[in-house]
Amino acid sequence: MHEMALASHMLAIITEQAETQNYDKVLRVCLEIGIFSDVEPEAMRFCFEAVTRDSLAENAVLEIERPLGQGWCMDCAQTVEMSDRLGSCPACGSAKVQITGGDQMRIKELEVA
Amino acid sequence: MCTVCGCGEGETRLEGQAMPAATKNAPHAHDHHHHDHHHHHHGHGEAGVSVPGLEPSRLVKIEQDILSKNDQYAARNRAFFTEKKIFALNLVSSPGSGKTTLLTQTLQDLQKNYEIAVIEGDQQTANDAERIRETGVPAVQINTGKGCHLDAHMVGHAIEDLAPAPQSLIFIENVGNLVCPAAFDLGEAHKVAILSITEGEDKPLKYPNMFAAADVMLLNKMDLLPYVPFDVEKCEAMARKINPNILIFRVSALSGEGLEAWYKWIAAKAK
Ligand SMILES: Nc1nc2c(ncn2[C@@H]2O[C@H](COP(=O)(O)OP(=O)(O)OP(=O)(O)O)[C@@H](O)[C@H]2O)c(=O)[nH]1
Ligand SMILES: [Mg+2]
Ligand SMILES: [Zn+2]
Repeated sequence: MHEMALASHMLAIITEQAETQNYDKVLRVCLEIGIFSDVEPEAMRFCFEAVTRDSLAENAVLEIERPLGQGWCMDCAQTVEMSDRLGSCPACGSAKVQITGGDQMRIKELEVA
Repeated sequence: MCTVCGCGEGETRLEGQAMPAATKNAPHAHDHHHHDHHHHHHGHGEAGVSVPGLEPSRLVKIEQDILSKNDQYAARNRAFFTEKKIFALNLVSSPGSGKTTLLTQTLQDLQKNYEIAVIEGDQQTANDAERIRETGVPAVQINTGKGCHLDAHMVGHAIEDLAPAPQSLIFIENVGNLVCPAAFDLGEAHKVAILSITEGEDKPLKYPNMFAAADVMLLNKMDLLPYVPFDVEKCEAMARKINPNILIFRVSALSGEGLEAWYKWIAAKAK
């Protein structure tokens, strides 16, 4: 994944929100990066540090949550949590699970001053 | 310089030129918000712990997709396509699977029926756009420099350059890469993944996000099937394991085998 592009997009959002949410220093950034997204957290940290140099988010701590994905199990007809894209249903063991979520890349919240 | 889109910065080139400054009215017309660092007064009655000698910190909810900016540009491109009844496809694959060859063949066969324009994405060179222009179809080349994917903002500029006719077809050849382009919506009607049979049949499992994002898979270089060990059924089953709704065409851009079905699909969709 192009972590550099993602980091620049993050800085743009954080900078834009600074006006409406009234802050000029960002201390911590909380991300939710689904387990199936192609993001490498270490690369993300590296790029974020690079793009935020001399910005309002310089030295901000990047917290990355990696929640499990979701799938629809066709055999037990319910949404189940999935840790492996090609795995079987954790409830009934069926292999007929269609992945429905887990590639999200979101900024959740910021700690600001 | 603008951190949102790289306008006036970075290495993206449109036809060899730095990306033009954004203009209003364009399909992608954007309102870059440049943040001046005024001093904000806050800390009155807001949540957060006050540390003596330090400004109190507080939490603010953002809840935005990291790619929300890209998605806004994509929505503008898509609205432009809808308004002009333009059918746009985003061709994605690993390098060398045959995107440009497939495109030139498709253009030769379809340009008598449609107005067509092409947007070519590569890190370097204008070779692919030149190959397209040789067919008589207009093309613009985007060079992404170090960038490994096209984004919706670059495509917005390219559309502006091309000024495509109403009811035309637009083919976007993405940078050869099976990872990053999966995450970037360009405003296209469909992503079309091209997989050549010389790449190995387990590509859909190795790069699941791309095959999940694509609505169509073109299995290319079928003319080479006698020479390479490749289990077509197995490959297709793996693609359907990732994406049960994916539509698959077996084609050869070189021999023309299977292209009729691909053209029929385009004709049905481009109505
Ligand atoms: N045998 C055979 N060769 C093909 C076919 N399609 C493309 N090729 C060859 O594959 C090589 C790469 O084709 P391109 O069309 O340049 O591939 P591409 O996906 O556009 O490559 P990039 O833009 O560099 O990512 C060329 O040598 C083509 O002649 C095909 O159907 N059969
Ligand atoms: Mg090409
Ligand atoms: Zn189940």
